[in-house]
Parts: sequence; C-alpha cells; structure tokens
Amino acid sequence: MIRINRRKTTVIYAILLATALLLIYAFGLLIPKDALAGSFQEAGLAPSPAHPFGTDALGRDLILRTIKGLSVSLTIGLLASLIAAVIAAVSGIAAASGIKAADACVSWIIDLVMGIPHTILVLLISFALGRGLKGLLIGIAATHWCSLARLIRAEVLQLRAQQYIMVSRRLGKSGAFILTHHLLPHLMPQFFVGLVLMLPHAILHEASISFLGFGLPPEEPAIGIILSESMRYLSAGMWWPAVLPGLTLVLIVLLVDRMGDCLQRILNPVHAQE
Amino acid sequence: MEQKTDTLLELHDLSVSFRMYERGASQRELTVISDLHLTVRPGEIVAVAGSSGSGKSLLASAILGILPDNATVRGHLHYKGEELTAERQQALRGTEIALVPQSVAYLDPLMKTGAQADGHKKPRPTVRREQLFARFGLPKQTGRLYPFQLSGGMARRVLLSTALLTDAALIIADEPTPGMSTEQAVEALTVFRELADDGRAVLLITHDIDLAFTFADRIAVFYAGTTVETAPAADFKEGPDALRHPYSKALWRALPQNGFTPIDGFQPVAVRLPAGCLYAPRCPHKTAECEEKVPPVREIRGGEVRCYRFTGKNGGCDVS
Amino acid sequence: MSLNAEHVFFRYGRKGPWILEDRSFHFDRGERVALLAPSGSGKTTLAMLLAGYLTPQKGRILLGGAPLPGKGACPVQLICQHPEKAVNPRWRLEKILAEGGPLRGELLDALGIERAWLTRFPLELSGGELQRFCVARALAGGADYLICDEISAMLDVITQAQIWNVLLAEAEKRGMGILAVTHNRHLATRIADRIETL
Repeated sequence: MIRINRRKTTVIYAILLATALLLIYAFGLLIPKDALAGSFQEAGLAPSPAHPFGTDALGRDLILRTIKGLSVSLTIGLLASLIAAVIAAVSGIAAASGIKAADACVSWIIDLVMGIPHTILVLLISFALGRGLKGLLIGIAATHWCSLARLIRAEVLQLRAQQYIMVSRRLGKSGAFILTHHLLPHLMPQFFVGLVLMLPHAILHEASISFLGFGLPPEEPAIGIILSESMRYLSAGMWWPAVLPGLTLVLIVLLVDRMGDCLQRILNPVHAQE
Repeated sequence: MEQKTDTLLELHDLSVSFRMYERGASQRELTVISDLHLTVRPGEIVAVAGSSGSGKSLLASAILGILPDNATVRGHLHYKGEELTAERQQALRGTEIALVPQSVAYLDPLMKTGAQADGHKKPRPTVRREQLFARFGLPKQTGRLYPFQLSGGMARRVLLSTALLTDAALIIADEPTPGMSTEQAVEALTVFRELADDGRAVLLITHDIDLAFTFADRIAVFYAGTTVETAPAADFKEGPDALRHPYSKALWRALPQNGFTPIDGFQPVAVRLPAGCLYAPRCPHKTAECEEKVPPVREIRGGEVRCYRFTGKNGGCDVS
Repeated sequence: MSLNAEHVFFRYGRKGPWILEDRSFHFDRGERVALLAPSGSGKTTLAMLLAGYLTPQKGRILLGGAPLPGKGACPVQLICQHPEKAVNPRWRLEKILAEGGPLRGELLDALGIERAWLTRFPLELSGGELQRFCVARALAGGADYLICDEISAMLDVITQAQIWNVLLAEAEKRGMGILAVTHNRHLATRIADRIETL
C-alpha cells in the first residue's frame, strides 16, 4: 500500500483545487452570452440529464449560471484577498519597524476595523462606493487584512530579536539588506498561507453582500445573486436553484480551506514532521 | 541474551531513528542513535558524556518512552532484567524511573512550583520538599511562586527536587547543572552521590566532562550517537594510557588542562553516518575492517570498548 | 587603542532588576582576557554591551575614546554560544560566510571547513561545524576585537581545542584583542594572559 503522508495530501488538494478553479474560470470565460439566456419554455425545470442543476424561473440553465457565477465570485475573492494580503504585509512590517508612532497608528486602525462587524463594514463601504465591482473589492480588501497584519507584525517583531539579524547588523548590513534578505524570504510562506486562508472568507463575503443586494448588479450572474433570486421560488417548491449552487459554493470554499490548513502545517516547523 | 541480575538498566544495540521530510514529499530515515550499549547498576552514577546535539537527550527520551511519533526505536532495553516495553515504560516513568529534564520549559507555567514538585500522589511529600528546597538554597517562599517568577538556575533546582522526591530507583538527569553556580552544582551532585550510595542509580547525561570526571563512577563516551567506550572514572584521571578507545584518548588530550591538542576531522552527522566504526574516518589506526563493520562491544580491564584495534595486550596500549 | 566599558548599568525594561550595576571593564588590542564567571552573573549581557548588541541605560562603551560606530561593520565582533541561533536557517552556508566579507581559503582550511559544506543549509550541520562558520564569519572582516561568549561550551573538547587554536593564532597574527567569556577555569588559564571575574 502506498503511504500517503501530509505533504502528498497537500499536493493532492492543491492539484484538485487548481484544476477546479481553472476549469471554473475557463468555463466562465468560454460560456457564450446566449447560452446563459433563458427560454420560457424551459422555465422551472427540475434537475435532469439535459440540465443537471435544473433551470430557474426565467428558464436559464443553472449549471452554466453557477459556473459563470463562481468564476465571477472567485475572481473577486482572489483579487480582494490579494489586495488585503498586500495591505497586511505592508502595515504589519511597518508596525514592527521599531517606529513607535507607526505601530500605534497601525494597531489603532486594526482595532477600529476589527471592532465593527465585517458584514456591516463591507456593506457600508460597498454602498458608499456605488456598489458594483469596485465597491465590493475595496470593501472586502479593507476588512480582511487585519488578522494577517497582526500575524506578520508579531512574526517580524520576533524575527528582529533573532541573533542572526543582530549579527547581520553588526557586520555592517543595512536595514534594506536585512529586510530583503532576512525578513521577506522568511515571511513569504506566512504571506501565502494567509492569502489562501483569506480566500474562502472573501468569496463568502462577496456572495453574502451580493445576496443582500448591496454588491454586484442583478444582471451579473454572481453566486450571491443566484441564491438571492432562488429565495423567491423556494416556497413554490423549487429547491434546486438554492441547494445546488449553494452546495457547489460550499464545496469550493471547503477545498480552499483544507488546502490552506495543510499548507500551514507543512510550513509551521512545530508540526512539519507530523 | 544473558542477563546479569545485578544490572538495573541495560541497553543493547539501541538505535533511534526519525522519519523526516527531505525536499518535496519524500521521506527518509535519519539515525540519531546507533548500536548504543550501556549498563547501569544500582549504587552507581554513570555519566554519558558527549557534545551537545549528538543525541544524548534522545537517549533519555528513548528509555522513558517519550519520543515523538515519527521516531522508531530498535534494539533491546532491559530494566531489572525484564524487557522494557511501552506499557512498562508508561507504568515505570515518574515512579521507578525519574527524569530531570534538560529544559526549564518542562515546568507547568500555570502551576505553583511547590505543588508541581509534590506531584499528584498522596500523601504529599511537602515537608521533605521543603527540606530539599532549603538544601538547594531555594528561598522559603519558592514553593508559592509560579515558574515564570524563577530564574533559570532556580527552575533547574526545582526540577531536580521534583525528580528526587519520587522513590525512583533510577534517576535520569539530562544536563541538570547549567545555570547553577558552582556551589549549587556541587550540592546537586552531592545529592546524587548520596542517592547512589543509598543503592539507587543515576544516569547523568552531560556535555561537561570535568563534571563527569569528578562525580561519576563510570563514564560512557558518546560519539556521533553511540558509546564508543565505557570506562571507570579513575581511568580518565590516570590519562590516555589507561583508556581504551582512540577517541577517548584524543578527547583526553584535547582538554585545556592537558594538551589542548585537537585532531583533524569532525563528528559525522546523522545524515551521513559511515558504514563501519563511526570513528573510522578520523582514526589513525583504522583498517579495512573498521570501515566495513561496526566493531562489537568487548570488555577489557573493567571497561567496555567498541574497537577492533584495541586488544588489551602489550599492557593495554597497542593503540595510542 | 582600547575597548572600555565605563560605569555601565543595564537592565531589561524599565523596572527589571539591574543585571549590571556600575560595571567597568577595560582591554587593549593584542590582549587576551578571560572573563570567568558562573551562569546568571551578567557576563553575556556585558559581552553584548561591549559588542554593541545592547546599549547601556547609564555609562558608556568607548572604543579608542569614541562610541561604537552605529553604521557599517563594527570593529568589535561577537561570537555567541549557540551557533544555530546566529545563522539564518534559510540561507546556504556560503551566503552566511559572505555576510562577514570575502572568503579566505586558508582560514577555512585552518578551521577544517569542508568545501562541500558551503552549499548546505545550517540544519544539515552539527553545532561544532556551524560554530566554525561563525568564527570564520567574524574573522572575515577587519575586526580589531573579538568577544567570544562561551563559544565552546556546547561543543566537544576536540572541536573546542581546534577552534581556539585557530582563533589564538589569528589574533596573534593580526594583533586583535580577544575577550573569552567562560565558566571553565581550565580553559581560561589555557587561553588568556589575564583573568577577570564578575
């Protein structure tokens, strides 16, 4: 029997996830506009081989719509987490740079942002910026960087106290050299794990804000919009527009989350040999 | 395998290896302790002396059965003449076999030191503990302090007391003295001496050779994860002619109070162990046989040695 | 030229107990001094103060009458007790060595550093092997003073003898000042001209 160790599991998760993401993304791009258009003859059909996820009340094929929606959600999620992670890295390093004012300022902003419930803050920012893609991106990015920033700050503080960094300084190396050669390479894994673990949150937040009607415009087939529309027909016995796209979303989010977990265990030296 | 009834702990060809990740997802075995041979008898202090990071502490963990999950132990462990199985290790540790751990991080940070030293067994040895604390020069209120309130040296003395309060027949002390002043270290070792004279046994794991010389009955010389020679401490006082293994002799000559003369080469690390005698790459007397097979343990002049070239003839100094 | 600690006070934080109180210390280039003291007596703190790793709350550290330079390679170099903490675990050893200055073949040979080790990572080497690299790194620049804080306490005595013989020869050649912090009296008498206690 082949023994499957943690690193192999992670590689498997990563491959599964990458394939799923790529497929969804490619499909999302490739699906022609008219395939998404509905025909009233096929409105409200239950799942069948011709339409695996069924069709909605306007007769649009739900599996195509779900894929298209996921691709939109994923793009937004990825972009937003990337922006948030960069904000986190910059502010975390700045806070730990040894300048007291910078630390106080960053910590104050983190406390402020974390003090307000995420959903409300995203909602407000998105609404203030006129909904749509831009509002959502900025809203999600502005609320998700805090915990990673704290992590990076703590990590940099701990690193700066390391003997080899002090040795480097006494050997005459500049602050810029220490940042680029000692600190950044060490922070890279943390940064990526933080990014991957942020992704599911960002996707879910995007979906929930769109669901509430403060995110993407209704003509955009985002997953939140699909779920929101499905609510109206749930009482009429049409379960599939809510359940199947919802399940797909949960599946993708779980996949990303599990991979982030595995990645974290490998990169954390305490658990690396488990 | 014949068992001597008077031995307390007996290790035969003990090996400890770890499953480690290399680059990517492949794993490999890393042998940290190999073919280790050691006996401890009641009433004696046996010192295992070797450099830091050579796997000495793992020896303590292997005897107690507290190695991490990715470790494998091979070979024979006997305690009081019976095989030391995992169940027996679990039953014996803390009662029959006590450990003085190397790191002060072994103290529970959320428990007062007095209660920790007393342990969970009733009746609590509070009076004896207070006497012991006083003897080690710990202030009276130490028992009411939390570990973070102690200095490194105080924490070590608390750890030491914790082990000494059990009625263990075997005490494994893993680097018990760093952080203590000379007087405190001497006091700690005097307590060990008293325990040994009382019929118990102490396995003293240390990198401080001078300390081992002064207090141990026998010294096991640890090299690259194995013991190359076990000799009475008196042999070390006498000098290289009384010693058996070429490494022990080189060790003696490298001491600052003796020649301070180094030898070439370096200890092999676990990743690249030689096939035969672990000392062969540095040994001036090596033969083809030394490089192929690990030499067996032989008893010569009241000591044990793993060396093909040392026969004990010619007055015992055919290898210089 | 000499390295001086003048009435130095040091403690961690604003309320901690004084680790060093009104401590003065002096040593010259070309001198070999041993600082003999048990653990917990503040000798590591003094070593770090002298090498500029810490700054005293009161008192001054003077090198030839002037404070230690804040920028550039420090003429006072410190070698620490635990070599594995003094090297970046993610760097190959050649990069670690190059941090001190250009490689000198004869110094590597004298220290018994194998060329094959240069492409390895610190985790693959033992403490004794790593400490040789730390010594080579400290000697690579133009250091005038070397402070050795228990550099051989964790090593086997053979490696200890090897490293110290190289260090003493190099110090002789370059007229460096050496301060050896140790708790081993035999070692102190062997290597130093003058023994100080804390």
